[in-house]
Amino acid sequence: MLLLFVLFPIAPAVAAAACGWQPWVGRVAVATSGLLVVGGGILAARVLDNGPQTFDTLLRADALSAFMVILIGSVALLASWFSIPYLTAELTHHHTTARGAQLYGILINAFIATMVFAVLVDNIAVMWVTIEGTTIVTAFLVGHRRTRHSLEASWKYVILGSVGIVLAFLGTVLVAYAAAHTHGGGGGEPSLSWTSVVEIAHQLDPGVMRLAVVLLFLGYGTKVGLAPMHTWLPDAHSQAPAPVSALMSGALLSVAFYAILRVKVIADLALGPAFSRTLLIIAGLLSLVVATSLIIAQRDYKRLLAYSSIEHMGIVALAAAIGTPLALSAALLHMLGHGIGKSVAFLGSGEIALTEGTTAIGEVHGLVARRPVIGVSFGLSLLGLLGLPPFVLFATEIAIINAGFAQGLGWVMAIAAVLLLVVFGAVLLHAKQMLFGIPDEHERRTPTATAFARPLLLGLAAFTALGISIWPIQQLLHTAARIVAH
Amino acid sequence: MTRATYAELLNLLAGIALVAAVLTLWRRKLVAIVRLLAVQGAAVAATGLVIGIDRASVSAIVLATLAFALKAGVIPLVLLRLVRRGPDARETQPLVNVSASLVAAALLIALAFASTSAVVSLSSGPESRVIPLGFAIVLVGFFSLATRGKAPSQLVGFLLFENGVALVAVLAAAGVSVVVELGVALDVLLAVLVLQVLTARMQDKFGSLDLDQLQELHD
Repeated sequence: MLLLFVLFPIAPAVAAAACGWQPWVGRVAVATSGLLVVGGGILAARVLDNGPQTFDTLLRADALSAFMVILIGSVALLASWFSIPYLTAELTHHHTTARGAQLYGILINAFIATMVFAVLVDNIAVMWVTIEGTTIVTAFLVGHRRTRHSLEASWKYVILGSVGIVLAFLGTVLVAYAAAHTHGGGGGEPSLSWTSVVEIAHQLDPGVMRLAVVLLFLGYGTKVGLAPMHTWLPDAHSQAPAPVSALMSGALLSVAFYAILRVKVIADLALGPAFSRTLLIIAGLLSLVVATSLIIAQRDYKRLLAYSSIEHMGIVALAAAIGTPLALSAALLHMLGHGIGKSVAFLGSGEIALTEGTTAIGEVHGLVARRPVIGVSFGLSLLGLLGLPPFVLFATEIAIINAGFAQGLGWVMAIAAVLLLVVFGAVLLHAKQMLFGIPDEHERRTPTATAFARPLLLGLAAFTALGISIWPIQQLLHTAARIVAH
Repeated sequence: MTRATYAELLNLLAGIALVAAVLTLWRRKLVAIVRLLAVQGAAVAATGLVIGIDRASVSAIVLATLAFALKAGVIPLVLLRLVRRGPDARETQPLVNVSASLVAAALLIALAFASTSAVVSLSSGPESRVIPLGFAIVLVGFFSLATRGKAPSQLVGFLLFENGVALVAVLAAAGVSVVVELGVALDVLLAVLVLQVLTARMQDKFGSLDLDQLQELHD
């Protein structure tokens, strides 16, 4: 059964390879993404009833993996649905060729499959291979437009992403080395299955593990976009086509953070919770500071969304640093909420960029009056990302800050709260002019095509529903959080 | 092979790899730097071969042979083709001058030894005593990557860095499975090919490979 999850997204990739990109290929991708969400739900139910599921020795799914499959599927559903009108528009405007669209159709589904693979493998070295694989399949997606800017962005993305991920490999090698030299092991062949490393984690040599954990956090942290390894992120996320930005920001960052959570379990058992807590607090606070300072004076709305992703990953890092079951449930829900909310925002920004022909904040005015559908949905997604009720991030941010105070991390939470307030004000100022400013004469009242509007409205509905009630996934969240919590 | 010869051989090969990394900071001609990279790759692969022979492990010997073909053959050839494409890419333009680079390399090597003492003391085998050299190559490679201004020389810096990690991997990981090793090798090869395609596109779009031209995206 587990292998099916990886094969679902392969189907539309093969279809695109065989027949080129067609709207029906896009619809197949929507259907397979839907299957990921539904299948993830079924998997979650089975895991909650019968414990972790395995397939061969390669794949293993516990509550955390099932949750991640649902997250990836949700974002993929929105991105695939939006891809259909997006590629059609690109082809009509000759921004891309039939070949370019075909490559897009292959790579975006291969990208989804690689992420699903990453959260279902048991072996931490194979997990590394799949996460490195995401960099390779997304490299040409970032450069899809083949402009100077997208070329620059993909170069930085691949170089920095590869350096980061190679550091994570060095860390993985050191974990294997430590596992081979435990007191009982005596230099035998170690198993790098996550479950068996966790079993012997308390025997791992602390000196080696300190170096290994720093390298692993640095490496996967680069892929999460945590400061100071974040510099590729605003370029790549702002230059990629909108559905790819949604997937990279909404799903890939969380998949990379999932790797950090798996490492954290091993690290906490080998070194005690203080070590990873310190690293995560530094990375989290630094990310919030960097994101805040660059959001204030931001002039490009896609880059604004990219920095907002760094901000949210910083919050998730702080929640992981707190490390209690409550904080981790909130962190996981935050990742899901951010995934959906940021997808709506990025997809909306893609429609705006296509129609207005610019990504400069200062050149877009009065969207709500001119083009109510896109204006209102983009505006609501921004408000949700800022943490306003009734959207889900309001509840998770409050829960994380509360949990932090309860764990004696009051000063960290106070700094984070102040930074969040500054971001709130800055984004509202930028958004106010885009949404309500007085339009220039040349800015038209082009209505939003229904094909673009549908996925946005579905995303907004899910974003709101999560904020009102989380009962269907509550048990899953708690079980998943307890896997990571100490 | 006696224990002493084995240990000497490992030291010698890792030493060659580190010297090659440091020499790349000194040479300016990119063709010469790619040759040094090939020498370094050969030394890293040979280390794997020696360890494989010592343990009489067929899979390790096969993997080392494959690594040799990749690191001393395919990748340097791809890079040489890239270098010969654009006349302006033949010289590197380091942002830091040679003598400062060499001082930095010395400091990085010292740092590598200081930070890996726990790794060395964990095992009594001759392999683990060479691990600091691998870390030194990682740091020197990273320095080279960070201070180069042309796309092909950044790519070479990345590969120097990756060779260091590969050296640590063969020395430290007695039994990472063959599937994983193949996956890792494939990932690195694909990353190099992606970067090569990007470099070719850059040449077409910008007419040069100077990364200083890549300054248009900023805040």
